[in-house]
Amino acid sequence: MRFVLKTDYHRDSGLFRDRVQFSWYAALFIFVLCLPIVSGTYVESQLTTVFMWSIAGAGLMILVGYTGLISLGHAAFLSVGAYTHAIMLDLGVPMFVSIPLAMVLCSALGVVVSIAALRMTGIYLAIATLAFAMIVEKIVKNWSAVTGGNAGFKVAPPELFGWELDSTAYYYFCLLVLTVVMLCVSNLLRAPTGRAFIAVRDSEISAQAMGINLLKTKALAFAVSAALTGLAGTLLGYQWHYLFPDSFSMLTSIQLLMLVIIGGLGSMSGVVFGAIFITLLPDGIATVREWLPDSIGNLPGLEPLTFGFLLILVLIFEPLGINGRWQKMRLFFSQFPLYRNKTLKRQKSFLRTERVH
Amino acid sequence: MDTFFQLLLSGIAQGCVYGLVAIGFVLIYKATEMVNFAQGDIMMLGAFITITLINHLNWNYFLAVVTVIGAMGLFGLTLERVLLRRMIGESPFAVLMATIGLGFVLRSVAGMIWGHDSQSILTPYTNIPPLRFGEVVFPVADVVVVGATVVLCGLTFLFFRYTRFGVAMQATSQNQLAASYVGISVKRVVGVSWALAAAFAAIAGILLLPLKSAYPHVGLVLGIKAFAAAIVGGFGSLPGAMIGGLAIGLVEIFTKYWIDDIVQFSVSETSVYILLLLMLIVRPSGIFTSMQRKKV
Repeated sequence: MRFVLKTDYHRDSGLFRDRVQFSWYAALFIFVLCLPIVSGTYVESQLTTVFMWSIAGAGLMILVGYTGLISLGHAAFLSVGAYTHAIMLDLGVPMFVSIPLAMVLCSALGVVVSIAALRMTGIYLAIATLAFAMIVEKIVKNWSAVTGGNAGFKVAPPELFGWELDSTAYYYFCLLVLTVVMLCVSNLLRAPTGRAFIAVRDSEISAQAMGINLLKTKALAFAVSAALTGLAGTLLGYQWHYLFPDSFSMLTSIQLLMLVIIGGLGSMSGVVFGAIFITLLPDGIATVREWLPDSIGNLPGLEPLTFGFLLILVLIFEPLGINGRWQKMRLFFSQFPLYRNKTLKRQKSFLRTERVH
Repeated sequence: MDTFFQLLLSGIAQGCVYGLVAIGFVLIYKATEMVNFAQGDIMMLGAFITITLINHLNWNYFLAVVTVIGAMGLFGLTLERVLLRRMIGESPFAVLMATIGLGFVLRSVAGMIWGHDSQSILTPYTNIPPLRFGEVVFPVADVVVVGATVVLCGLTFLFFRYTRFGVAMQATSQNQLAASYVGISVKRVVGVSWALAAAFAAIAGILLLPLKSAYPHVGLVLGIKAFAAAIVGGFGSLPGAMIGGLAIGLVEIFTKYWIDDIVQFSVSETSVYILLLLMLIVRPSGIFTSMQRKKV
C-alpha cells in the first residue's frame, strides 16, 4: 500500500494524488494518443464515440453526481446543442464560433430550467426536466421549417480553418476537447464552486447555513452541465451526419443517466467507464447473440432488456457503479491479505421523508 | 355545442384511464415514498395478458378480467418482495432509476412475447350501438370507462374509510414508525400497496383496450401523462390523482380540437407537459396539498 506524505495543504486539493497517479494518467493519455496509428478504423470510431459520450456524461455527472439534482431531460440539451450547431454551420458560421454559441444557448436554457428547479427537489425536478425535454422534442419535431422535422437535418462535415477533418483528425479533435473538458471540470470541482456543488448535494440546509447561495449554485450547476451536454451534442452531430428528432428522445436521456449511474456516481473516472460501457454494450450483445440459439438470439429488444437488468443489478449490488467496484478491487490488492469485506460497507439511511409528521 | 359534449365525454374517459394509473403512483408513494416509474408498463402488461386470455385462449371476458386483476395484484406483490424491498433506505433517485430499469425490462419482455404490433380485443360491449342524446353520440366504451372508474373510486373510498386494513394503510402512510408501534405489519401494508397499485394499473389497461390498442410502448407515454396527473392533483392524494387525471385528459383533447387547428402547430402533443411545467412552477404541491416543506 502506498502512503502519501502531505507536506502542505495544497496537496489535499491537487489534481492528482501523487506522481504515481499522474504518471498513470500520462501513460493513458499517450496510449490513447498513439492508438490510431496501430488500430483500425473500427476501434478509432468506437473510441471517438466514447469520448463524445464522456463529455455528455461529464455534464450530467456535475448535475447528478456532484450537485445532487436529477435531470431526466438531458437529451434536450444534447438536441439543442446539435441542432443549433448544425443550423449555424448551414448558415456558414465556422465551427469554432458555432460550437461556443451552441454551448451558450444551452447554458442559457439550463439557467431557465434551473429557475424552476430551485422550487423543486428530487422527483419533482426529475419530472420537470422530463416535461421540458418532451416539449423540446416535440418542438424540434414539429418546427420542420427550421429543423427539418422527421426528414432529418444534414450536418456539414467538420472543418477547422478551411481544413476538413478526416476520421483520424476528428478522433484527435474529440480527444482534445475531452481532455480540456476533464481538466476544466476537475479544476472546477476542487475550487470553491465545485465544493459548493458537493455541499448542496450532501445537505441543502447545511449548505445554506454555510452561506452558499442555493439559487446561484444550482443555476450555475445547470448552466455548466447544459453547456457540456450541448458541446457533446455538437460533436455527436458530426459523428451522425444526420440529425433526427428521435435521436434525442426520452430514452436518450435515460441512457445518459444510465451511463452516469453504471459508471459510478460522484466520480469523473466513472463517466469514462460509463461511456465505454454504453458504447461497447451493443457490440457485446451482438457478439453474444451469435452464441445463443437462434430462437433467443434473434429476438428484438435484447438490448433494452440487458440495459434494464444491468441497471437494476448495479443499483442493488453496486450503487457506486463500475468506479466503485474498481476502487474496491484496488483496495483489495493494495492491502492484500488484510482486506476485509466490511471495509467499504454502505450505511443504509432511514427512510427519508418529505412529509411533516 | 354537440362537439363540446362529445369531446367532454371522451376527455373524461381518457382522463379516467390516466387517473387510474395515477392512483397506482399515489398508492405506492403514500405507502413507501417511492416513485414507481414502471406503472404505465405494468398497465401495458395487464392489457397484454387480457389480450392473450381473450383472443388466444378464448376466455369469457369477465372471467379474464377478474383473473388478470388478481394475477397483476400478485405480480405487484412479487415485485415488491423481489426488487423494491431491497431498495428501502436507498435514495429516491436510486429507486426511481430502478423502476425505470424495470420499465425497460417489462417493455422488451412484452415485445419479445407479444410482438410490436398493436393489438386489441372484442369486449361484450364492442357491438352495442352508441348512446344518442339528440345530436350527441356517446360511444359505449367511453361510458363504460367512466362508469367503472366511478364504481372503483367508490370502492376505494369505502376500503380506506371502513375496513381495518384500509385504516392501517392510512396510518402507515402517515407515519411508518408509529404504525409499527401500534402493531401494524408495515411490510405487509407496503406489499399490499404495490399489489393494489398493480391491480389498478391492470384495470386501467383493460379499460384502455377498447379505446386504444396495446403495444409494448403504450405504457411509456401514458405513464408519464398519468404521472403528470398525479402531480397536478398533488402527489399523495387519491382524489387529487383522479381529478388530475381528468384535468390532463380534458386539456389534451380540447387543445387537440380547438387550438391545433387555429395555430397550425401540434400544441396538443405538448399541452400536457406545458400544464405540468406550469403546475410545478406555480404550485408544486398540486391542487390537494398533502405535503409541506421539510423542516430541519
